Amino acid sequence: MALIKLEQVSKFYETGETRVEALKDVTLEIEKQHFVSFVGPSGSGKTTLLNLIGCLDKPSAGIVYVNAIRINDLATREAARFRGEHLGFIFQNFNLIPVLTVYENVEYPLIMVQNVASNQRRERIMHYLEAVGMLDQKDKYPGQISGGQKQRVAIARALVTNPKLVLADEPTANLDHASAFKVIGLMRQMQHDLKTTFVFSTHDPKIVKEAELVFTLEDGQMTNQESTNPPNSH
Amino acid sequence: MIHIFKIAFRNLFRYKRRTLLTGLLIILGMVMVIVFSGISNSFKGMMIGTITDSMMGHLQIHKKGYVSSIDNLPLHLNIAANGIAELRRILDDNDAVEAYSFRIKLGAMLSNFEQTTNIRLTAVYPDMERQTCPSLTDRIEGVTREAEHFVQPGELILPENLAQGLKLQNGDDVVVVATNKDGSVNAVGLKVAGIIEGLLGPSGRDGYMHIHDAKELLRITGDEINEIAIRLNNLDALKKAHKQLDLELQQFKNSQDKPAFELHTWAALSPFSSIATIVDLLIITVKIVLIAIVLISILNVMMMSVYERVSEIGTISAIGTLPSKILALFLAEGFSLGLISTIIGNVLGVTVLYVLNLLQLTVSFGRMKDILLVTSIAPVELLTITVIVLLITVVSSFQPALKASKMQPVEALRHV
Repeated sequence: MALIKLEQVSKFYETGETRVEALKDVTLEIEKQHFVSFVGPSGSGKTTLLNLIGCLDKPSAGIVYVNAIRINDLATREAARFRGEHLGFIFQNFNLIPVLTVYENVEYPLIMVQNVASNQRRERIMHYLEAVGMLDQKDKYPGQISGGQKQRVAIARALVTNPKLVLADEPTANLDHASAFKVIGLMRQMQHDLKTTFVFSTHDPKIVKEAELVFTLEDGQMTNQESTNPPNSH
Repeated sequence: MIHIFKIAFRNLFRYKRRTLLTGLLIILGMVMVIVFSGISNSFKGMMIGTITDSMMGHLQIHKKGYVSSIDNLPLHLNIAANGIAELRRILDDNDAVEAYSFRIKLGAMLSNFEQTTNIRLTAVYPDMERQTCPSLTDRIEGVTREAEHFVQPGELILPENLAQGLKLQNGDDVVVVATNKDGSVNAVGLKVAGIIEGLLGPSGRDGYMHIHDAKELLRITGDEINEIAIRLNNLDALKKAHKQLDLELQQFKNSQDKPAFELHTWAALSPFSSIATIVDLLIITVKIVLIAIVLISILNVMMMSVYERVSEIGTISAIGTLPSKILALFLAEGFSLGLISTIIGNVLGVTVLYVLNLLQLTVSFGRMKDILLVTSIAPVELLTITVIVLLITVVSSFQPALKASKMQPVEALRHV
């Protein structure tokens, strides 16, 4: 079974008498170890789609499978466990915890989510910090590093739990052009080295070119699916 | 748990000014409670000590019906020789009793040969009275001999208000006239041997004479008394001792088959017990104010903390932190603030009490002048205040923490 499978998924929001359809009958499948992008203008439903796959939100209709688990019906606590065990997240605003150092931010999910023993933690953290090129900055706080560096720390945090799937919502939106390409390059490298599936959203056409598989969304509907690079081409 | 507290501590110092202000408020409340409790409890303890150790004893036994007419100092409700013997046996066998004193209380007329006035007298065996009320002699001026013999046959210890009014001094001769229980009047000549300062309460303005003189004055031939004052080994065990002695006294019945004796604690006989109760109520009131301060300040700071970190809560929730851990993170934050403030509050409060003791402050209460205020606070009291404050911090942090733990990550992440 595909790592991600959506069957006629819709999501709508009701505000008073107004009904907003964020997603309409989206059906898709994403296999393991792919580098996938959701593209489309603002309001096209990219974030909603990522939230549904990331078990952060529930669809109004349809079924969502991730890693062969039907995640529609998970309760709050089970959903949190699922995210902690199977998923990694990278956010547009980096969302590092400001009171923790770079090292401690990467350590956070190992302690607070996966309860990994301290002797195993250090080795993993150092490995990922080195992989993202942030080892020399490990004792700094988020306020002391640049946006691009923050996003590299966020990538390390997302990967340190060995997730099957990493979801990134507009990971380059708050970065300059050079930093954006470095971050996407790093994600691509990690996907290649760790065989982890990456799904990210963007509206930047230059960034989209880096993806192997591109899903285009418009007004909540899937309008196109295109393979730009064959899987594992690097 | 260590990591939860580490994050909680760092988050507290993230908003330094707010944490400092809230902490100061709690510290101020703690100091207020400790100082108020220290002063008022010390004052209360000192007053109770003075009243029981120099006048009333801890418990008193009378013949049934005596206390209801105690203002008349009746002589027809005296305890006879056989009753005295039985009561002596019971008191000697009771391990909680340290000492007891037999007394005859009487009303009389006092004359300095120029003026005559009323006087209340307590006739005692000085050695028994000294053991039961060891601080009694501290109130008496002019007695130079050993405290166990502070009043001898032929002597009178005069209350200071009467001594001033009648212009009497040590060594002056006086006449005491009294009516005995048969109605006949008798008089004895006595010499003033000391002046005793007044105290609050029913016996606070009594003079003292030797019980032999009282028997002669009242024409009592055998053993007869109307009051037994009892001193316990431990005042804290008053309730238990009262209950036990009361049970033992129930065996004695009068001719109407009703209890022959009545037993009262000092608190039941002294008006100061009401003042002590008011002091206790005031301490409770101050504690309630402290609780309100802690409750409102912690609730406020934690609510602010949650609302300012909605996006952060969304992040940690999204990456898989369980709601119970998010709850624990915020509870730990409130608890840490309470703990730090409580420790500092305790240290400062005890320091203030120490400084007050160094200043040697004095207070006056009624006719008691210039009483040295020795403030102190029991460790158990400090512990109680600390536990109350910490409990309140957890309780007041709970609602904001619960709100944080129940946030939906998708909504929290949208928050800017």
